[in-house]
Amino acid sequence: MIGILVQGASWLSLGLGAAFLLVGALGIIRLPDFWSRIHAAGIIDTTGVGFITLGLMLQAGFSLVALKLLLIAAFIFITGPTATHAIANAAFAAGLRPVGLSGDESGTFDSGTKRS
Amino acid sequence: MPIFAATCVALLVAMLFILIRSFVGPSLYDRVLAVNAFGTLTVLLIGAMGFLTGRPDFLDIALLYALINFVGTLAALKFFRYRSLGKGAPEPTAGQEEA
Repeated sequence: MIGILVQGASWLSLGLGAAFLLVGALGIIRLPDFWSRIHAAGIIDTTGVGFITLGLMLQAGFSLVALKLLLIAAFIFITGPTATHAIANAAFAAGLRPVGLSGDESGTFDSGTKRS
Repeated sequence: MPIFAATCVALLVAMLFILIRSFVGPSLYDRVLAVNAFGTLTVLLIGAMGFLTGRPDFLDIALLYALINFVGTLAALKFFRYRSLGKGAPEPTAGQEEA
C-alpha cells in the first residue's frame, strides 16, 4: 500500500516537473523580450528541477542516491537564480533596457560599473 | 519504468527548444541565458538517464556538471563584460569617479 502511494507520488512529481520544464522551454523560445524570457528560465531553475529531483528521490528511497539528488537540487536551487541575476545585471550594465524604460532612467542601478 | 523514458523525452524536447533560442537569440545575453538553462537540463537528463538505465551512479557526474555549469556561466559573463578573465573589476573609487 505504501509502495503504491510512493510510486504514485513519484509519477505525479515527475509528470509535473516535465510539464513545468516544457512550459519554461516554451516560454524561453516564445516570449517576446529578453526580460520576460528570464522569468521562463526561473521556472526551469526552481520548479522544474525541484519536482524532477523530488520524483527521482521518491524512486530512490532512503539511500546515498537520494542524498546526492538532494545535493543537486539544493545546489541548483541556489545557483540557478544567482546565475540568472548575474545575466540580468550584465545585460542591464551593457545597455539593454526593458520596454518602457529609456536609457537615462537607471536611477536605481547602483553597481559601480560603467553605465551606458 | 516508462515514466523515466517519458521524463527523458520531455527533457530532450525542452533542450531542443532552448537550443533553438541559443542559436537565434538576438542578443548575447539571450544566448547566455539559454546556455545556462541548457546546462541545468543536462544535469537533469544525466540523472534521469541514470535511473532509466538502472545505474544511478551517474549522479556524481550530474553534480559535477552542475558545479561546472555555474562557474562557466559566471566566467562567460565576466569575459564579455571586462573582455578579460584575469583582470578583475575596476577599483570602486575609480568607478564612482567615472560615474
